[in-house]
Amino acid sequence: MEANSLKSNLYGVSAIFSDTKKIAEITHKVAELGYKNYDVHSSFPIHNLPKKMKLKWSPLGYIAFVLGISGAAFGLFLTWWTMSVDYPLIIGGKPWFSFPAFVPVLFELTVLLASVGTAIVMLFIIFKFPNPKHPLHDTEYMKRVSVDGFGIVIEAKDEKFDYEKIRSLFSEFGAEKIFDIYYSPEELNYKPKVFEPKFIVFLIFLVVLTAFIGYFVNNKLFYMPPFDFMLYQFRVNPQEESTLFADGFAMRPPVKGTVARGQSFYQFKGQPEEAAANLINPLLPTEQTLALGQKKFNTFCSPCHGWRGEGDSRLNQQFPNPPSLHTDKVRNWTDGRIYHIITEGQNIMPSYASQLSEEERWAIILYIRALQRSLNAKLEDVQ
Amino acid sequence: MTTSSDNAVNYVRKTQNPKFLTLSLPIFAIGLLGLVAGFIVNPTQASFNLVVIMAWLLSIGVGSMFFIGIEYLSGAVWSVPFRRIAEINSSLILIMPILAIPIILNIHSLYHWTHQDVLATDEILQRKSPYLNETFFIIRNIIYYAVWVIFYFLLTYFSNKQDLTKDQQLTRRNTVVSAIFMPFFALTLTFFAIDWLMSLEPHWYSTIFGVYYFSGTVLAAISAFTYISIKLNEEGYLVDNLKPDHFYSMGALLFAFTNFWAYIAFSQFMLIWYANLPEETFWFINRGVGSWLYMSIGIIFVKFIVPYILLLPQPAKMNPSRLKFASLWILFAHYYDLFWIVMPTFSKERLIFGWIEIASVVFAVGTIMAIFLLFSKNRNLVPIGDPKLKRSLEFHL
Ligand code: HEC
Repeated sequence: MEANSLKSNLYGVSAIFSDTKKIAEITHKVAELGYKNYDVHSSFPIHNLPKKMKLKWSPLGYIAFVLGISGAAFGLFLTWWTMSVDYPLIIGGKPWFSFPAFVPVLFELTVLLASVGTAIVMLFIIFKFPNPKHPLHDTEYMKRVSVDGFGIVIEAKDEKFDYEKIRSLFSEFGAEKIFDIYYSPEELNYKPKVFEPKFIVFLIFLVVLTAFIGYFVNNKLFYMPPFDFMLYQFRVNPQEESTLFADGFAMRPPVKGTVARGQSFYQFKGQPEEAAANLINPLLPTEQTLALGQKKFNTFCSPCHGWRGEGDSRLNQQFPNPPSLHTDKVRNWTDGRIYHIITEGQNIMPSYASQLSEEERWAIILYIRALQRSLNAKLEDVQ
Repeated sequence: MTTSSDNAVNYVRKTQNPKFLTLSLPIFAIGLLGLVAGFIVNPTQASFNLVVIMAWLLSIGVGSMFFIGIEYLSGAVWSVPFRRIAEINSSLILIMPILAIPIILNIHSLYHWTHQDVLATDEILQRKSPYLNETFFIIRNIIYYAVWVIFYFLLTYFSNKQDLTKDQQLTRRNTVVSAIFMPFFALTLTFFAIDWLMSLEPHWYSTIFGVYYFSGTVLAAISAFTYISIKLNEEGYLVDNLKPDHFYSMGALLFAFTNFWAYIAFSQFMLIWYANLPEETFWFINRGVGSWLYMSIGIIFVKFIVPYILLLPQPAKMNPSRLKFASLWILFAHYYDLFWIVMPTFSKERLIFGWIEIASVVFAVGTIMAIFLLFSKNRNLVPIGDPKLKRSLEFHL
């Protein structure tokens, strides 16, 4: 009953062949006869077919190459930016930009981008995936070629298409079975199932389930025996007690006289006057050092001393207000005296030695000097 | 389907020698003379070179056996018409003792763990001495050699016999032999690399070194096999209808193992560089001294970048002349690699390349040519009795 209405909707004529040799022969013939809109299907790659079909060289290799190169470039940028520029950490005494250590990252990103990217390009751009409305879908023909047959289909839109001729050609070459393939107009208006509420609810369910499993495994399961073996290990953790050492602490203080990398030993412990007399600011007030000083002053000092060092704390009396840094006393101090206070603290002001490098401390002092001068500006400063 | 007539393979054994082997005996003789002269003038230097030669030829010999084994085990079809060439190449292992004896006679100038006076003051070497001592060294080498020779004879004997009997059972038997051979291959090759190459610097150790040598071994074996196969095919010594498609897999394997080598070589370098332990780093530091530095940097280009670029495009793997060039290049690169491993122990300050080195290269090349000539005589160059041969001739991409 439908046959007549479908007749106008002929997609093409297809044939199943039983072995690779036959499919190669018929492909060769079809290509020779000059058909353009035809395709060959097999459940595994038959290597010489693309050649026989005179297919154009696939651009996929170049795409993979470009993607791989981009992956490598991205890897190089990532490692360089994070490890050498944005957050330089000394690891194992290696230089900040230590290429050999970055190569694994580069390599992985190259492979990842090349493989995943190529697959995505192939499926979604070249094959136009998801593409559920192809007339070959769900046909007897498709079922055979995805199991044990080798098929060829010539589309009706081909200029040379001649129904009878093609059928006889196929049987002449030993086709096992010949199918006419129709498409139904509804099929063309088919909407993918992806947008059905059921499917969306299913996706949400999956998300919740995954989140729950993740929560359960990380927060519960790993604390239950026997899965808690990672929790209890034969080593001491920070802040733990230990019977190994006489004082009962697991954490050991640094060996006496240890000096951290990039710092030197502070020789004027508890000797403010000696520091005042002997320490000289090694930095010159340049734009760079002043900018550094401003940044560090605003971060570390301004909460108590105020943005301009006037003792106008922002701590709402939760900490005693410090004196102004613009008193004659402080203005007449040498840089070394202030350096000593930053390094050692003074009365209730804590030491900032562990937060600020030596260079940063000196830069802060330059900035304080600039502040002092700006609040006590003389006429000749402007002239 | 027709059965009887087209199952017969169209192979005619030629009596005259392949053209590209014409000069093999003169080259071998010149190399031999040069090397003997080297032993007279400077036995130490010549011995070091002989270690390079031996490791290189062994790579091709044992590597070919590995290749044969893989073919049987994986049931590969494409390589069947060329298997006999790998079998002939693997005959190289037979001459190993001839190469080893001059080195063992000269062992004190190569391996300083053999010096009793060094041993007396060196605690590390004392602790290694249960393994690193001359007697055990020789015993081990006899074991390696025995293993290789036994499997060599089994594999080639059954394969040759099949030419006459066409007995399919022999293929199965060789598959079993190959399966047993594989673990022995892994162990002997690793220990060979440790004994002859790594122990040149007895304080040094790298746990990946066996794999490193293995990667070069496979590369060298497949290169030799690829070059000879293409050459013989061009001169019509193999069966008809071998198409460029047949060579595709050789190119693919060379490409794959080039990458594998780079992966292993980099892993070895990176871990040693990163851990920065003095007992490991000195090996690389020694290779950064003077002109060795250039050779060390050069190895990245010679053994990785050049073959990589040569073999990267798909058509290149099917282009016989490109493959010939690439396989010769990789053979050279493997020699370069071994030279770089061995020679810094001999000449610490700078890279040396004098007449003894040239004679060594000539000798090494001459040996493989001469051995091929000798062992290909009176033998089918194609395993005509192999049940997979017919299918493999129909192989195409
Ligand atoms: C937690 C609040 C706080 C911070 C942050 C702080 N200070 Fe102070 N500072 C004080 C207090 C309180 C005093 C007064 C201490 C005393 O009683 O002698 C003080 C005193 C000083 C003095 C001596 C003033 C004088 O007249 O004796 C100097 C100089 C000084 N601070 C500099 C700095 C610098 C530079 C920084 C930034 C690195 C800084 N302070 C950060 C609270 C702070």
